[in-house]
Amino acid sequence: MSVTIVSWALLGAHAILCVAMLLAAIRVFIGPRAQDRILAFDAVYLNAALQVILLGIRAGTSAFFLAALLMGLLGFVSTAALAKFLMRGEVIE
Amino acid sequence: MITQLPLWAAILVALLLLGGAMLVLLGSLGLLRAPTFYSRVHPPTLGFTLGMSGILFASIVYFSVTGRRLAVQELLLIVFLPVVTPVTMMLLARAAIFRDRRLRRDDDEAYARSVQVAEELAQAEDEAARHPEREEEPPS
Repeated sequence: MSVTIVSWALLGAHAILCVAMLLAAIRVFIGPRAQDRILAFDAVYLNAALQVILLGIRAGTSAFFLAALLMGLLGFVSTAALAKFLMRGEVIE
Repeated sequence: MITQLPLWAAILVALLLLGGAMLVLLGSLGLLRAPTFYSRVHPPTLGFTLGMSGILFASIVYFSVTGRRLAVQELLLIVFLPVVTPVTMMLLARAAIFRDRRLRRDDDEAYARSVQVAEELAQAEDEAARHPEREEEPPS
């Protein structure tokens, strides 16, 4: 009974996160300016990290959590670097 | 493989999981539907911070109740991810403000230059109207 509840909740959370990822990906494609695309890309990245956490709950091993931690770290670093590039770089204007 | 756990823990885990996922979905929906960039920054920040906290708390409850291991890595994630997300969005908003200010300054400079050119043109036309014979003199 409880296993069924947790399993279906995991499945539902996966589905909802997939829809959220799709919406953010649409914003990546239609975003009018560069900062919109970077923001939506960060949202997609965090969605992927959350889905890895859900996979870790389902599998019950700790490797997925390290992967999620790494993904969060890389997302933060890449978004901060892109924001810095938007402020300093003169490439896309 | 999902292990057996008491019913209250299962319901708590399910509620936290679904609530966190719904908050993340709300954040992404706001990201898609808000009209300007500065209103698009807010929904992912709020939704992702709360949604990630919910999903990580669900993971903590699950692994603590099943007793498979100590929930330390989730604590690391809880300290790290929801704190870092608003910081990245703030950096991005600052970059956007900087770009908008630079764009507006460029626009102002172009406008001032066009006004100056128009004034010079008007002065030249006045000069030409005041001295019409100069125009008709053939250049020697």
